[in-house]
Amino acid sequence: MSLVVPTMAEMMAKGEAPEYLFWVGCSGSFDDRAKKITKALVKILNETKVNFAVLGTEESCTGDPAKRAGNEFTFQMQAMMNIQVLDGYEVKKVVTACPHCFNTLKNEYPELGGEYDVIHHTQLIQELINQGKLTLKGGDTFKGKKITFHDPCYLGRANDVYEAPRALIEKLDAELVEMKRCKTNGLCCGAGGAQMFKEAEKGNKEINVERTEEALETSADIIATGCPFCNTMMTDGVKNFNKEDSVEVLDVAELIANAAEL
Amino acid sequence: MGQIIFAVVLTAGLGFFAWNVRKVRSNILLGRDVDRSDNKKERWKTMILVAFGQQKMFTRPIPALLHFAIYAAFVITQIELIEIFIDGVSGEHRIFRSSLGGFYTFMISFIEILSVAALIATFIFLARRNLLKIPRFNMKEMNGWPKMDGNMILFMEIILVTCIFTMNGTDEMLYSMGASHAESLGDGSMNLTISSLIAEPLFGGMSESSLHTLERIGWWGHIIMVFAFLNYLPYSKHFHIVLAFPNTYYSNLEKKGRFTNMESVTNEVKLMMDPTADPFAAPPEGAPEPQRFGAKDVTDLTWKNLLDSYTCTECGRCTSACPANMTGKLLSPRKIMMDTRDRLVEVGENKRKHGAEHDDGKSLLGDYITEEELWACTSCNACVQECPVNIDPLSIIVDLRRYLVMEESKVPTELTGMLTNIENNGAPWQFSPTDRLNWANEE
Repeated sequence: MSLVVPTMAEMMAKGEAPEYLFWVGCSGSFDDRAKKITKALVKILNETKVNFAVLGTEESCTGDPAKRAGNEFTFQMQAMMNIQVLDGYEVKKVVTACPHCFNTLKNEYPELGGEYDVIHHTQLIQELINQGKLTLKGGDTFKGKKITFHDPCYLGRANDVYEAPRALIEKLDAELVEMKRCKTNGLCCGAGGAQMFKEAEKGNKEINVERTEEALETSADIIATGCPFCNTMMTDGVKNFNKEDSVEVLDVAELIANAAEL
Repeated sequence: MGQIIFAVVLTAGLGFFAWNVRKVRSNILLGRDVDRSDNKKERWKTMILVAFGQQKMFTRPIPALLHFAIYAAFVITQIELIEIFIDGVSGEHRIFRSSLGGFYTFMISFIEILSVAALIATFIFLARRNLLKIPRFNMKEMNGWPKMDGNMILFMEIILVTCIFTMNGTDEMLYSMGASHAESLGDGSMNLTISSLIAEPLFGGMSESSLHTLERIGWWGHIIMVFAFLNYLPYSKHFHIVLAFPNTYYSNLEKKGRFTNMESVTNEVKLMMDPTADPFAAPPEGAPEPQRFGAKDVTDLTWKNLLDSYTCTECGRCTSACPANMTGKLLSPRKIMMDTRDRLVEVGENKRKHGAEHDDGKSLLGDYITEEELWACTSCNACVQECPVNIDPLSIIVDLRRYLVMEESKVPTELTGMLTNIENNGAPWQFSPTDRLNWANEE
């Protein structure tokens, strides 16, 4: 099944306006692993006939890593350019699979004039399932599997979203197991605050190794996340323990797309 | 004579405290302004839950219960202090006893029971700090004065409680001998729950005059400890017992992920994006002097950051939850707060001694906090989440980073690449913006 991915420009040319703008983000657009998450989400959106569009080549970095790194100039330049584009299309609702984009768009754009109703993809998927628009036909895809959820900092502590991703995992025929540090106490994967783009400072351990160790202690078969950066960090962590054959790192959107046989 | 000495101690004790509080207040007000006057209802609620109700302490139940015992004893004892003040000034002895009767016995007994709980908690706290070596109490930044500060408060607590029971126990003994200065209500005991138990075994057989002397030692010891403690506060991490209340009231009520917007930058960016703007236009008359971007020293931080630093009691929950710290990096959010306070005290002293414009050539960034610490932060907000009194070390870290990056262009090399990529091609990696939608057609 091929993906249907309309752009805002195409929609506008037809005189239409989508309900949601899907903000793909740089990871979701360029990173090979994250692109799979993007596609899983699009499959869900297509299946449930959500009226959405992407900005495509008109999208640009939200400026999150620049802001976290202390470069407010670069951040605000990005933000203002993006706001011009978003406002040009009269965007009202935004959904994104990246908690960093989510946080920045939702919390930091309003002060610069960009007011949108921003939700994380796990929240939208939860809504779609609750509305009966998506059924998990392949209910036994994950039968007998243990899944643990790693809270992305910018989804959890930063924005208090803890339940949506868990509610989705609980809809699978699998066991949700929690790590010692979860929800408000969740441990960072090590990528936030622009760390994704640099080597860590000198220490005695990598943060993602510490976190993966904790995830492996739950003897989960799947480490679920809701963030492309966390995904990268946890995948690397699993490789560090040579467990890539027995433990998968998957985004919640991928779990749901699988269970819905999309 | 006693009354005069008491009046002197009282005036000196309160006066010196007030003088120090003014100093602390003026130090805090050296910070930049930030508006926290909104949403009063939510602020009161936060203060009542987090400071008064100690909500966030209870994520770690054992220390929370022990801490609560000391806290409850401290708060309730304030009621007894009212009587001690009045007795001290008027020369009466247990002035409220005859009028309050049974309620008086209940209140003092309640305070006694809480004091025993507090004493037990104090010994356990001493053990946790010195014998059990709980890691967060034994990190590098705790060496020297901070460690001693922590123990000193606990020793003071022991002396205080000892004085209370010396005072009450001897009075109970005297009362049963019919020799107490407290008014006799025609019973054989004052019925203070703990003191009536310890009076005989501890003070039985002593002469009336020794008991009176001991009672006075207990009474004076107690009140002198109270004043000593009060005046120790502004120099100690223990100031949190006062500042926890305003600090939680002025909490950041926004989502933790939201970093502050720098308006000075907004103005410049708007100018850059406005094709009609004249880039060489002189600033309008009376425009404020442009501020430094970010923070180099404590005076570049907000007053709330500075209030945070005085409120920090160095419990180390932030540091024990910090992913950078637990993986051996130099960063410790607690140290960020301690450094901020130490530097603020230094800056404040300098200004008082040498005038407001004095520059000692030092700064928070560099002399106290190093770049290596700052760049280890993942901005995960665990430290902010953990703090039982809503201190925000992350906002200080971010402001120091902002100074490094925007004023000094000191950026880790890899981040320079990331920033250049964002500016050139709208992504932190070097991909062409025209390829942004390629994923839609890839298999």
